Formats: sequence, structure tokens, C-alpha cells
Amino acid sequence: MDRDPRVCVFGEDVGHYGGSYKVTKGLAEKYGDLRVLDTPIAENSFTGMGVGAAMTGLRPVIEGMNMGFLLLAFNQISDNCGMLHYTSGGQFTIPTVIRGPGGVGRQLGAEHSQRLESYFQSIPGIQLVACSTVYNAKGLMKAAIRSENPVVLFEHVLLYNLKERIPDEEYVLSLEEAEMVRPGEHITILTYSRMRYHVMQAAKTLVNKGYDPEVIDIRSLKPFDLYTIGNSVKKTHRVLIVEECMRTGGIGASLTAAINENFHDYLDAPIVCLSSQDVPTPYAGTLEEWTVVQPAQIVAAVEQLCQ
Amino acid sequence: MAIWLSRSKKIAHLLKPKIAYFPQPKIAPSEFSYKIYENHVNSSSFGTLSGENIRSPHVFLDNSATMSALNRQWRRTESTRAGEQVETVPYSDDNYEDENQALDFPGGRVSFTHEMKFISEAADKRIPCYRVLSDDGYPIAGSRFEQVDKETAVKMYKSMVTLQIMDNIFYEAQRQGRISFYLTSTGEEAINIATAAALTSDDVILPQYREPGILLWRGFTLQEFANQCFGNSADYGKGKQMPIHYGSNKHNFFTISSPIATQLPQAAGVAYSLKMDKKEACVVAFTGDGGTSEGDFHAGLNFAAVMDAPVLFICRNNGWAISTPISEQFRSDGVVVKGQAYGIRSIRVDGNDALAVYNTIRAAREMVIHEQKPVLVEALSYRVGHHSTSDDSTKYRPVDEIEHWKTARNPLARFRKWVHKNGWWTDDEESELRGSIRKQVKYFINAAYFFL
Repeated sequence: MDRDPRVCVFGEDVGHYGGSYKVTKGLAEKYGDLRVLDTPIAENSFTGMGVGAAMTGLRPVIEGMNMGFLLLAFNQISDNCGMLHYTSGGQFTIPTVIRGPGGVGRQLGAEHSQRLESYFQSIPGIQLVACSTVYNAKGLMKAAIRSENPVVLFEHVLLYNLKERIPDEEYVLSLEEAEMVRPGEHITILTYSRMRYHVMQAAKTLVNKGYDPEVIDIRSLKPFDLYTIGNSVKKTHRVLIVEECMRTGGIGASLTAAINENFHDYLDAPIVCLSSQDVPTPYAGTLEEWTVVQPAQIVAAVEQLCQ
Repeated sequence: MAIWLSRSKKIAHLLKPKIAYFPQPKIAPSEFSYKIYENHVNSSSFGTLSGENIRSPHVFLDNSATMSALNRQWRRTESTRAGEQVETVPYSDDNYEDENQALDFPGGRVSFTHEMKFISEAADKRIPCYRVLSDDGYPIAGSRFEQVDKETAVKMYKSMVTLQIMDNIFYEAQRQGRISFYLTSTGEEAINIATAAALTSDDVILPQYREPGILLWRGFTLQEFANQCFGNSADYGKGKQMPIHYGSNKHNFFTISSPIATQLPQAAGVAYSLKMDKKEACVVAFTGDGGTSEGDFHAGLNFAAVMDAPVLFICRNNGWAISTPISEQFRSDGVVVKGQAYGIRSIRVDGNDALAVYNTIRAAREMVIHEQKPVLVEALSYRVGHHSTSDDSTKYRPVDEIEHWKTARNPLARFRKWVHKNGWWTDDEESELRGSIRKQVKYFINAAYFFL
């Protein structure tokens, strides 16, 4: 926001309150409450407002208090954010960043545990990015703000408390690149957001058992970084996708199709996709755990694949 | 007043015949005034409610303060400034029956004017709120209300106390880590209980999330509340929803859904099914001040109005939507004025006055069921507690403001004084009740662990 006076923030309780997860804390004091704007409770309206502001030259960062509430803004995101650049013949750009906490948290109930990446992936004209570490959160956010395209940045409720040392100097990551978390030889595990941590935990167990998994955090959910993924598939010939969104119509489903289409010859085994159960997330802790992929399941799947 | 009377044909029919004579309009100058005329006619065929101090619920038509407000509402369409312009309005009252003065457009006849007048964005005076008890618990002189009998009044008071204590203890339980989340209704006990008392158990409730008092009134036990908060196996929701997201189809209370205002369009649907079944019941849909900003508020109210759905919309205007004060939520005079925009009758009531709320809801419910039309009630109140256990409201509002509403404007204290004055409640009963409820709530919280 320092660098570019056109960057502004809209959302519910983002100003004086600092945001429901304190992401915008201190910004209203620093930049004033017009640039860090508290809006009434109307997601469709403030997303629409963001689109309008973007079309006239501002660079809004729109926050959904919880990603699930952005379903109320679906029309603005799909019909307007996504399409206006195209339908206006390129005359208007919509450089918005739509962000918010999503994913399954700890006992937040079904409506606060949505994974919208699967619903948004079909929308033509928008980019989807998921951050997972402190380092890539900063880099991807900067890249998203600088991008001329509408970008939906998926943050995860449980990852806000991570602490990490990051470089002082400015850095911007690429929105379309995947991140190599752990190079390996036996199997490619593709994941994103919080599942990265479950995968790394499983990886420890797997290494002890003698496997050498290659873990890639795909980061860019749309478009997929098929270059990095392809290179990995060509090396290991086995793919396991671990994701938090639902099985049906999820990111994993699309990724499976994309890899099959492009790298079929390199695969030695069918692609396995581990996703959350196709149910609304229950509140009870024990039930909630069962709906999300756990490290033990990842280990079992890898062992199965590598036989 | 006299000047306005002579100018404004529209309010002629609102006056009692002995005050002045005006020819009855053959053609209403606009649809709007016709509606009010119709309302007045209906009110006289209303029938009486039981109890002393009875008047028709359209009592507000007699109240001069409200009448002036109505006058001003009419005047608003003629002048943007109070008082001044009225005399110069070339009102065509002398040629009232002259059909040339009106135009036909889709939507009906409108009279026209050659003066360009904008309707002001704000009326000169805010819509007054209906209240019956003063802060000391005395009925305000000249107020008219349906008397509540001893049994109901005592039950109401006891329920308010139970709700207050339940909220306190569950909130503490969350802080102790026993439950993961809680949301109190502190400050809004009167709205909760008085509304519940005024309805019947057949009326279907579509709550937002700050209305557990209704369940309490309808017989939901403290054990059942605890079960839902703990998400144990005895919970009707089977542990699938967060705490305070109660739901009980046997109590006609729809399961609470967190996203704001989603229940409002659903209200029209439930009302539709009640209408098909020709039931003597209505739908009661709640929302807060923040919820009126959501698109679903517009959709829900508009649909209910067009479909003649028997829905009673109750907006708990408690001043805060998490950290957003109402000055940042909307620019209108609260929520009551929005009713007229949809063609919905509305009223503003002092939400901390249990008797006023009771009376209003009783009257509104009758209107909704017998006229099969929606009604909007705005209950003004204050959210004394934090938004939820995930919030610390001292960060965005002054502590002394919270304290003031907690003590000086406490709805329980006010109602208690009234009940006490009637000789229906004593201090001994008070301490006994409080002690007993505290014990019970703690007991049931502990019991909830058995079903985990």
C-alpha cells in the first residue's frame, strides 16, 4: 500500500477492528479509513464495488470475512471480475485481489469451513492462487496486487499463526509457479495450502520407511504449473494428489485430468487423489477429523502406489 | 396543525368525524394514501384483545405525536423543508375529483405536480418508538397497552432471568475451554422473551442467532441447550453444527445458519406453505441491523410483500454488527422506514421494554395472520455483550457506554420493577430463582459431558 496509492482494501470489519483474523491490523491507522474501508454486510455489493473501483483505475483488495461468505458474491466474481476484461475487448482491466480465510478450521461448523477453490475453478478469466507458508503468502500477495488480472488468493484459517523468518528486502513470487518443497525419486505428491503440512508430516514417516517422495506445493490452482509438475512426473512416474477440497469436482479432479491428458505415457500407475469427504463439515471434532485427509491416509496411499 | 389539515386531503379520513368535515375522496390521489385508508378501515373491524386498557392496535393513529409524524411523512412528498413551503403548495384540493389532475402509469394513478420537489433523504423527525414502561417500571401516562396477566408476566420475567444466567455461565464455560464458542443475547432478553410470549407455538421461527430466548420460552430445556453447545450425542443437531446454532423442529424453530440474513428469503417460502395449509399461524423471521444490508434482506422483504406472505419480520437493531456501528451500516432512519419502501407495514418499538414488545408483537401477529400480509417490527436495543466469544468489543466501543446499557437501561431491571410493583414478585423469589438457575445450568453443563 505504501508503494502504490491506488491499492485499497474493502471488507467487513477490516478497518478499525483489523479484520477477523487481524490480517489488516494497523492498516486503517496508517492509511486512513477511506483506503481501508469497512463495508456493510453485503458481499455481493462490496465485491461489485471492488470491480467498479478496479475498472476506474484502483487496485482493490477485497476481503471476505470467511471464504464461504464469498458465495454471496459469486455473481460479481464470475460474471464481472472474470468476464469484463474479455467482453469489453480489453478496454477495461479488473486488477482485484479477492482474498479471505478458507478451508477447514477447528470446529468452525459447515458454513465456516468451505473450500471455494473447487467452485471457482471453472470461472474463465480469474486466477486462483493458494498460499501456504509465511514466505509465499507475502510473495504471492504482492504478485497478486501487481497483477492486472483478478486473482483469488486462498488463505487458510489454521495457517495464520505460523511464524517464519522472511527476507527483509522486497520479493515477489510468480503467480503461476509451483513450489518444490522436497525433491525425491519415488513418487510425486501434489498438494496445496494446509495439506502441505499433512503431507510433510507423512513424508517424515515415509522417509523412515524407505520411500523418497517428491513433494510439490502447486500454489497456482488455476492455471496449473504443468511444467514443474510434468518434469516431476517424468522423473517419478507416480502421482498422488492430496487436497482439502471435496472429491467431486475438486482441484484434484481437474489436476488428475490435466496430468492424464498431458503425461499419460509417463505414468506407471493410475493417479490417486485424496480429498475431503463429500459432506458438509461437521462441528464435532472427531467427525471433522474424519472428513479431512490425515497423514496416516497419505502414508497408506503412497505405500499402495509404490508397490 | 389546522393549516396542514386544510391542505392535506390525504389525512382527512384519518380524523374522527367530529373534528372536521371533509368530503370523502372519490378517487384516492395516489395509491399510497389509499393504502392508509384501507388500514384504518380494517382496524375498526379488528376486534378487541383480552385484558384491561384495551385499544385497537392501531392506537398509534390516535396518538398525536405519531400523527404528526404521519403528517410529516405526507408533507415529505410536498416539501423538502419543514413548515415553510406548505402554504405555497398549489394543492389541487379544490378540484379533488377532477380526473385531469392524475395520470395513468403502470402501477396506478399518480397525481402530478408542476413543482420539482425531491423527497428528503431524512424526515424532519425520526420515527418514534413505541414504549409503555418508563425506565422506572411505571406505565407511562396515557399509554395504552394490553395488560399481561400475572402468570404470563412472572413467566416472562423468570425466563429473562434464566436466559441472562444461562448466557453468563455458558460464556464462562467457553472461557474455561469447555465449549469452543458461544454467543450471548445480553441486553436483548426482553426482545427474545416478550416476542416468544406474544406468539403461539404454531408460529414458525426463522432465527438469526441471537434469539435462544424463544426456544427457552417454548420449553427447550437447559439440558438441551447444553447438549447442543457441547455437540454431544443427545444434541438434536447430532454435533454437526457449532454451538448456539440451535434447531428444533418440534418447537418450530429452524436450525440456525451462520451466514447473515439467509433465512429471510426462506421466510417467504415457509409462509407460502402456511398459506397453502390455511393455518392460523405465521412465520417470524429475525435479523439484526447488520443483516439489513445483505441482499437477502431486500429479496426476502420484497417477495413477502408481493406474495402476501404472512411473515412477521423482526429486526433487532442493537447498534452494532461486530465492530460496525449502524452509522456505517446504513444511512436511513433505522430499519423501520425500509418497510414502507416494500409496501410493508412497520413499527418501531423500544426493545428493552418487555411490555411494549409484547403488545407490539401480539398486534403485529394478528395483522399478519388476518390480513395475510407481512409486517416489519424494528426493536431498538443495545448489544451489551461482545458479538461472540471471538470478539472483544472494548476494542471499538467505550466501556462506559457498555456499562450504561448494562445497568441503567437494563431490560430485566425495568420489567422487574413493574412486576414487583404489581405485587407479583418479591426479592426473596428473585434470589431464590437466580440461585436455582445457576445451580441447574452448571449441573446440566456437567451432565452434557456424559453424552459426549
